[in-house]
Amino acid sequence: MIEVKDVSFKYPTGVEALKGVSLTVKDGEFVAVMGQNGAGKTTLVKQFNGLLKPTRGEVLVDSVSTRDVSVAKLARKVGFVFQNPDHQLFSETVEEEIAFALRNFGFDEATIERRVTWALNLLDLTEYRKTSPFMLSGGERKRVALASVLAWDPSVVILDEPTIGQDHRQKENLRQFIVQLNGQGKTVVVVTHDVEFVAECNPRVVLMTDGKVIADGEAKRILTDTTLALRASIVPPQITQIFLGLGEFGLPTDVIDVSEAKRILLDYLEGVNR
Amino acid sequence: MSVFEGFRFRHVTSPIHRLDPRVKFLYVLAMFVVALFFIEFLPLLVLFFLQIPFVLVAGVRREWLRSLRGAVFLVTMIFVFNFVFGYFYRTYSSSAVLLEYSLAMALRFLVLVESFSIFFLTTSPDHLSLALEQSHVPYEFTFAFTTAVRFVPVLAEEAQTIMDAQKARGLELERGNFLKRVRNYIPILIPLIVSAIRRSLELAEAMESRAWGATDKRTNLYVLKMKKGDLILIILSIVLLAVAVYVHFFVTIPSLSTFLPPLPF
Repeated sequence: MIEVKDVSFKYPTGVEALKGVSLTVKDGEFVAVMGQNGAGKTTLVKQFNGLLKPTRGEVLVDSVSTRDVSVAKLARKVGFVFQNPDHQLFSETVEEEIAFALRNFGFDEATIERRVTWALNLLDLTEYRKTSPFMLSGGERKRVALASVLAWDPSVVILDEPTIGQDHRQKENLRQFIVQLNGQGKTVVVVTHDVEFVAECNPRVVLMTDGKVIADGEAKRILTDTTLALRASIVPPQITQIFLGLGEFGLPTDVIDVSEAKRILLDYLEGVNR
Repeated sequence: MSVFEGFRFRHVTSPIHRLDPRVKFLYVLAMFVVALFFIEFLPLLVLFFLQIPFVLVAGVRREWLRSLRGAVFLVTMIFVFNFVFGYFYRTYSSSAVLLEYSLAMALRFLVLVESFSIFFLTTSPDHLSLALEQSHVPYEFTFAFTTAVRFVPVLAEEAQTIMDAQKARGLELERGNFLKRVRNYIPILIPLIVSAIRRSLELAEAMESRAWGATDKRTNLYVLKMKKGDLILIILSIVLLAVAVYVHFFVTIPSLSTFLPPLPF
């Protein structure tokens, strides 16, 4: 469990990126942190594994303050996949890349071998085992980065902007993968701008603007609230926009799921035709 | 990365900022030469304090202090190396003399950092390239130079992100003996270099697509002109050089140990 207690954070440059944020992420939860550029999303999640320490307030990971333990120690529990895989890939082979963190955490060679094979298989990278990560495409590099974090089986996985630069199919794969991870009991925190992606995942949404949390609740409630959307400069999902426009026909306006939308529309049309 | 912080230009104006960059560079060169003239502690101390008025007039005290703080590690290294090697491999009359010599070497480096820091803190990259161009340096070199300067903060920021990313994968930079610590930086350096190369290729393409180098003759909107302040700084620099030459050849510089009680070792 991650508890954020009235945390403020100021960068050395003087920018106050977090202004009194309180938040609890329970074990096994799926949370999307959303908001415009510079709202403090990445700054917030960097507090979760101690990369940044609060200037005021405190962050507790399983009841231990992030001030008291090293990032390396916290990382064992809280895996963080950075936005740009090029910021972390450096090894000669994909296999070595994935083994890097395992070596840092002091796993024995037999376990490393097993975990690497498992992670390669999980992300469909087995054929690239001996390939240089620099030879892979953008999407594949992103998967290597993800595999290199999942390999040590952290109980919390943080993904910073996982959908940027991914085509539709990769996004869909990623979505299924995240849902599956969450299904296996992992806590998943996603930082994203991608409203459509969030609408399809339907997680708990934490909406931020200007260093503060302005809304926290289920995606269905927050993504369909036009006032909130305006404040955080996000656009409601397309399907919601349609239903917001159809409100005058007595249809619900809080729809984010396409199949749900289809059902509602079919029911409505049936009612009209009858 | 705080060393770079002390060299990053911020847009403010002061009498120092408005000086001709060529003249400022002349001043830095004069400082450089004078600092290398002396191996004694006292004149270097004078040089150090001589520059403080510039910092105050330019209003860059905070950034300047930060660059000095960033240099502390190297300064300490220089002191320790001079002291240790001097102790074992050189003949010296007393520990106090050696100590003073090592301190002087460290201070000399600090003076150099100080003057370069003042120069870069008060000279905008645009001014710098203008100065180079109007000194008839080929535009290709000028451009390469200013681009390099401009990308220092970008690289510093990127290095920070990479460090975070690797720390999040359990990398502990401060762990192990000296060799291990150096090796710890490989996971930082490789992504940094790869991305720098990638970025430079992208920059080259972006430049070519905007017809870089299509015309041979370039004109400038701004032309540098010397003013009264510049003249004063030139005179100051020349006087500084002359005084330094005079002191170096004709004045016996008192050692610190004549003022202080002898050391116990």
